Amino acid sequence: MDFPEGLKYSKEHEWVLVEGKTATIGITEYAQEELGDIVYVELPEVGEKIVKDDPFGAVESVKAVSDVYAPVSGTVIEVNDALPDNPETINEDAYGDGWMIRVEMSDMDDLKDLMTADEYAEYVAQQRDEEEEDDETDEEEE
Amino acid sequence: MARELKKTPLWAVHRRAGARMVDFAGWEMPVQYRGVIEEHLAVRERAGLFDVSHMGEIEIHGAGASEFCQRMTANDISRMKVSQAQYNLILNDAGGVVDDVIFYRLEPDRYLVCVNAANREKDFEWLRERAGGGVRVEDRSDDYALLALQGPAAEKILRSLTALDLQALKPFHFARAEVASIDCLLARTGYTGEDGFELYCNPQAAAGLWDRLLEAGASAGLEPAGLGARDTLRLEKAYPLYSHELDDTTTPLEAGLDWVVKLGKGEFVGRDVLLKQKEEGVRRRLVGLELMDPGIARADYPLLKDGRVVGRITSGTLSPSLKRAIALGYVTTEQAVTGNILEVEIRGRRARIQIVPVPFYRRSPS
Repeated sequence: MDFPEGLKYSKEHEWVLVEGKTATIGITEYAQEELGDIVYVELPEVGEKIVKDDPFGAVESVKAVSDVYAPVSGTVIEVNDALPDNPETINEDAYGDGWMIRVEMSDMDDLKDLMTADEYAEYVAQQRDEEEEDDETDEEEE
Repeated sequence: MARELKKTPLWAVHRRAGARMVDFAGWEMPVQYRGVIEEHLAVRERAGLFDVSHMGEIEIHGAGASEFCQRMTANDISRMKVSQAQYNLILNDAGGVVDDVIFYRLEPDRYLVCVNAANREKDFEWLRERAGGGVRVEDRSDDYALLALQGPAAEKILRSLTALDLQALKPFHFARAEVASIDCLLARTGYTGEDGFELYCNPQAAAGLWDRLLEAGASAGLEPAGLGARDTLRLEKAYPLYSHELDDTTTPLEAGLDWVVKLGKGEFVGRDVLLKQKEEGVRRRLVGLELMDPGIARADYPLLKDGRVVGRITSGTLSPSLKRAIALGYVTTEQAVTGNILEVEIRGRRARIQIVPVPFYRRSPS
């Protein structure tokens, strides 16, 4: 599992690359792995405002649809137009060509709530442990 | 605390294979191993192996068992000889579907009924309470594991493991056979739209059978397949899924299962309602749908015509074989016309969706 340094991470498994006031946003390796084959992506349009913690788009696997939550507030200044035709790019390159939108942030303080790569790696490990614990509990109960 | 989930005899095998496990009808089941699309295409092009041991098995036997089964179901049991299987519907008094099942006629008055996992207790109680005289209804689910080997290469793979003449085993027929030296009820049935087999065996033998099948099928490209692929495969064939297309309030005539309903066979539970429905016409019908705009139509999304709700989606996905967004849904009868273009409300956005003939996918002639 890859957690690139220099990115910020949300609890909802989005990543953010910050360059000045611009934030590039996508979903993490962990998120794409949990979703499985991604077959459809819904993105906002340039000029739309997104609000921290509200859904700004959706990714769909063959099985289910999942909201993607805004890790920061701001205005969409660029959208990855290649994604709707090639949604599997998110599975293949979640942190690179699988980016979703670029946003001009309206409040830099939003970044304070996001995690560093180390913190996020620990957060994911915790979530994995919880899954494992559930399984172990099942075994004991049997 | 998490609800205790039931496990099939293959649970540990799935975990070792790196399957993603999910709660399905109270069972911890593999939804996928390497990926739904890959497993789906493996079944269409080569073969896939499914663990469907969560499904229930109810045995009905004793003097009068045939008459009892005939009375409790829509299809004509008398058309089935010993060693034949039949898709059938257990109905309630309102003509609603208690469950959609496969009947296996083991002996003249002995049947094994494969039922949906979520309906096991309901079906058992329903049948047991109504069985009189010498008819015995037994829940035998714990005595069986069930593996499904499905795909064009299924017969070839199985041939190396059994002495049974598989070419002589026609669709919807079954035989007792040793497969990899394991006693099986080997049926040429399945839920994927491909040629294939379902193997009922002793739960203790299931892991061994699973391994031997995968071994024997490796060179033919056999892959383990999860419930995710099972769902997309059945949807491409427009096979109904209980609790989506069928439930206690849906009648088979609404669901387009007219071919299962043998009104001429004599009295059966729900017949009066279905007869009336046949004469007067149904108010809604299950239809196949294909999205014309981007997106995927999911279960419970509303269907609209001229801004008015005329139905709802029951199942929807992106078809891995056809690469198009397909769906099943109920619409009012007047709207249920092939070619009719409706709208589906996808999370606040409206998209055009057309009624198309089913199945969406047909096996290419080999």
